Amino acid sequence: MRTSVDATSPGYAANREVMLERVADLAAQQAAALAGGGPKAVERHHRRGKLTARERVELLIDPDSPFLELGVLAGWGTDFAVGGSVVTGLGVIEGVECLIIAHDPTVKGGASNPVTVRKIFRANQIAAENRLPTVTLVESGGADLQTQKDIFIPGGAVFRNLTAASADRRPTIALVFGNSTAGGAYVPGMSDYTVMVKDGAKVFLGGPPLVKMATGEESDDESLGGAEMHARTSGLADYLAADELDALRIGRSIVRRLNWRKLGPPPRRGYAEPLLDTEELLGIVPSDLKVPFDPREVIGRIVDGSEFDEFKPLYGTSLVTGWAQLHGYPIGILANAQGVLFSQEAQKAAQFIQLANQSDTPLLFLHNTTGYMVGAQYEQGGIIKHGAQMINAVSNSTVPHLSVVMGASYGAGNYGMSGRAYDPRFMFSWAGAKSAVMGPAQLAGVISIVSQQAAAARGAPFDEQADAAMRALVEKQVEEQSLAYFTSGLGYDDGVIDPRDTRTILGICLSAIHSAPVAGARGYGVFRL
Amino acid sequence: MIRKLVVANRGEIARRVFRTCRELGIATVAVHSDADATAPFVTEADQAIRLPGNAPADTYLRGDLIIEAARAAGADAIHPGYGFLSENAAFAGAVEAAGLTWIGPAPESIATMGSKIDAKRLMAAAGVPVLAADLATVTASDLPLLVKASAGGGGRGMRIVDSLDRLADQVARAEAEAASAFGDGTVFAEPYLPTARHVEVQILADTHGTTWVLGDRDCSLQRRHQKVVEEAPAPLLAHETRTSLHAFALAAAQAVGYRGAGTVEFLVDGDRIFFLEMNTRLQVEHPVTECVTGLDLVALQIAVAEGRPLPAQAPPITGHAIEVRLYAEDPAAAFAPQTGHVRAFDIPHHPGVRMDSAVEAGSEVGVHYDAMLAKVIAHAADRDAAIRLLDGVLRRARLHGVTTNLDLLRAVLSDDEFIAGRVHTTLLDERLDRWTAGPDPRSLAKAALAAAIGQATRAAATSTVLDRIPAAWRNAAAQPRRRVYRRGPDRYTVTYSSAGRRLVSDFVTGVTVADAHGDLVVLSDGPIRETYRVTTSGQSVDVDGPAGSVSFELIPTFVDPADTVAPGSLVAPMPAAVTDVAVELGTVVAKGDPIVVLEAMKMQHTVTAPTDGTVTGLTATVGRQVVAGAVLAVIEEKP
Repeated sequence: MRTSVDATSPGYAANREVMLERVADLAAQQAAALAGGGPKAVERHHRRGKLTARERVELLIDPDSPFLELGVLAGWGTDFAVGGSVVTGLGVIEGVECLIIAHDPTVKGGASNPVTVRKIFRANQIAAENRLPTVTLVESGGADLQTQKDIFIPGGAVFRNLTAASADRRPTIALVFGNSTAGGAYVPGMSDYTVMVKDGAKVFLGGPPLVKMATGEESDDESLGGAEMHARTSGLADYLAADELDALRIGRSIVRRLNWRKLGPPPRRGYAEPLLDTEELLGIVPSDLKVPFDPREVIGRIVDGSEFDEFKPLYGTSLVTGWAQLHGYPIGILANAQGVLFSQEAQKAAQFIQLANQSDTPLLFLHNTTGYMVGAQYEQGGIIKHGAQMINAVSNSTVPHLSVVMGASYGAGNYGMSGRAYDPRFMFSWAGAKSAVMGPAQLAGVISIVSQQAAAARGAPFDEQADAAMRALVEKQVEEQSLAYFTSGLGYDDGVIDPRDTRTILGICLSAIHSAPVAGARGYGVFRL
Repeated sequence: MIRKLVVANRGEIARRVFRTCRELGIATVAVHSDADATAPFVTEADQAIRLPGNAPADTYLRGDLIIEAARAAGADAIHPGYGFLSENAAFAGAVEAAGLTWIGPAPESIATMGSKIDAKRLMAAAGVPVLAADLATVTASDLPLLVKASAGGGGRGMRIVDSLDRLADQVARAEAEAASAFGDGTVFAEPYLPTARHVEVQILADTHGTTWVLGDRDCSLQRRHQKVVEEAPAPLLAHETRTSLHAFALAAAQAVGYRGAGTVEFLVDGDRIFFLEMNTRLQVEHPVTECVTGLDLVALQIAVAEGRPLPAQAPPITGHAIEVRLYAEDPAAAFAPQTGHVRAFDIPHHPGVRMDSAVEAGSEVGVHYDAMLAKVIAHAADRDAAIRLLDGVLRRARLHGVTTNLDLLRAVLSDDEFIAGRVHTTLLDERLDRWTAGPDPRSLAKAALAAAIGQATRAAATSTVLDRIPAAWRNAAAQPRRRVYRRGPDRYTVTYSSAGRRLVSDFVTGVTVADAHGDLVVLSDGPIRETYRVTTSGQSVDVDGPAGSVSFELIPTFVDPADTVAPGSLVAPMPAAVTDVAVELGTVVAKGDPIVVLEAMKMQHTVTAPTDGTVTGLTATVGRQVVAGAVLAVIEEKP
């Protein structure tokens, strides 16, 4: 694969500068989540001889294995703490890729708010779709009572998901480090394996005050829900851990004995790293999203050996399609080249997605689209029908999808490119990417025109000044709300990432995906559209 | 003519003799104890015969079994090596009586020289100066004295006496020790000369009247009277002194009508020369003489035993050769013998470098015999060149799994006094602290960093999944990775983290990780790049770098509570036999009180109470063999 990137050009340098700033800003935004409840809360937690959520995760996973944390910025732009008082991610335990959920007790005692619940649901979904064992590191004060109305009813699915996982023969393991009371008691209650830390775990439906109120019985924490009691008397704890470290040791030994086998095809061995420099991804994306860029320059920097076999290169050239391999796994790639999707591009995509399903090949969507083309010529040419073919193909494709928003992901283009609503197995946004129904300026302009027309229809005078102010306000608001941080904060992707990490992250995701069988859709042959 | 030969010995000397036999076409037979059943010398022999048991008295000292083995194998000669039965006149006689060829001197020569008192008398009569003090007439001016066993060797039964009050007591102890070790309690005394040198002369005589003097060797560097570094020729020796030594050695050999290879040992104090003893066998350090003469002494021993004549003239001495003895021992812990599994044993091959080894990678170093692993010999045009060559080879040696004196040997080869040739028999003791200081702290820290980076890289690359994802990769790194290592009493907590595709660490100021792949880690220390090779075996990690080999023990993150020992537990530091238990359950002990006495590798080791307290657990019983780490007793600390 040839490259036309000139790493010495001023344009490249300027792009790189901007992207480096964005990456630095991403690290700063993430730092808030990584700090948990802040230095004071962490220090208090440590003083009690306890480990933080991320310390527990670090010790749980295999030494020096990677950990892909998901939804780091969950809750960004909301009133809740960034991170949602829970850590979720993909980690390797005794050579088994697991979905790990760790409550962060330094953030309001690990209490669950709507962000927490949304993040855990997403983790449950990832475990279910990719057939991953789930290990939950429990220490949570239960529901954040101020937000109980938003989480009590839907939150019940957390427990249902655990039993559903078990029924699906996906192991669930709960390591209980601290509070796990009331509803929270059903996490160890519903897990296949339960480990409780001596003098730490507290697992009961009702604590001493509630028991006193309900029945008048005098009791204490240990007799109601201590680890020793559950290990020796109730039998809720399968293992009694001497301390936190011991619980993590036991958790690892449980995973070792799961006799876990992945069901997807294994990766090819001995593949080559990209020949093109991954570092150059920094300078490829123009700082102005309106300026298009060649996605082949990105593909060549993330796939094995920079080898990309393009499909239909001369047709529908605004969308690049083709076959490649990433960390040993075969993939089909759809990448926007010129932003706009026309009828040819939509039909090319629909055909390509069907071909990938024929050969059980996972698909990677690289977004940089402003949506499907509008205008009389295109409407009359059937752009809705053709766009619908693409969306139909994406919707009913059963091979795993991966989505990465490199630049813009606007309008129905987001749908056609397997955006969040189309359940890609994993979805990430590059720092600086934007997702919205359309560009902020366009959206503000559309609102302005519509209100002008409405004013004209009513025969009312049009206030140019107010319109200008409104446009500025809307543009600003949409600008903010289409930012990757914001969409990631709402859980519309699994994280905002440094472009240079794309290959590594997709490699980790593809490996996790292959824990489950990979099978394309059946029923019809490939429609030549 | 000898067609098949038994070596009544083990280890490196058995391999050494077999090598010459192969070159001569002589078939080889090994005899071996149970512990040695899979040792290299057994595997390399054409045939092997078992000597049941492990104790030397049951195996390599059983002359009757060895002669029987020779008969069973149809062998026609026995080579005794050194040590064991090599200077046992009765065995030599029995071998000859059995109709076998004895590769050694006549039994009578062995007997005469075997008694040090008789030997000195004979030498004095032949005009060779001897070092002697009459125990009956000792005065304060004769002090200090060295009391030695007449039948002894290897430093056993030797005592230094520096006050008249203690003379009687020390003589009595030496007699008791000599009686138990050699079956002969006779002792004698000689003036103790701590700054004298040990110089010896190699003799080779045939049965046709030719006796060669094959130059001299300096063996002054000794620890506990056991040689550590030997060289030929002896440095800084006045021409007259050297000539006298050679003449005295020749006189000694001729006085007993010697045949075969032998060594006459002298103390040289300035220009004074004193006869010490004559060893009627091949010496451990014979390779340095072979290097400077170009001879194969074993081949010549065999030729002499076959009755062949030596050429009239001995070959000239060319260049300089130095030998170091690699012992499995810890010089920093009073040279305590070490055991273990040899994980790597690579000594670089070079022209001019010779290695005679008892072990190879995969060998077990056990508790039963001498702790010498190998001898490494360098031969070069002059002494400086030989020192530099040998140091270079030792620096690049990869010797993993057993603690050795390698660093001490390298320290010797870098010492100014040694390089100047100013050696004497107590130099090693004087410089012990300096020579056991080990690598400098920064080198150790760099080695620990390399260990962590190397292990991390390897752990990631050998995972069953995600093996091509960079080690310890994080998209949101909350905290660094950590590996904790132990080296002796020191702990190294190395922190590092993933940055993109690389690992970074600020563990050593000014040092960055330049590269890591496979077993190799490249560190940049300022402008200097250094390559380290990291190998792991269980919890042990060996780092080979510019400063030589460093071993660490990885402290495991998790410990199964079932595997932990109770506080106050005393554990066996090495595999050993319990020879004494000094306490009972409930005994109140003070810190430092002996609790259990162990014996391993002929060395006693006393396990003492770490604190004041009470014996609340006692599992050790006399006679029991224990493994390293076995709990012997539990002392509950006095509150």
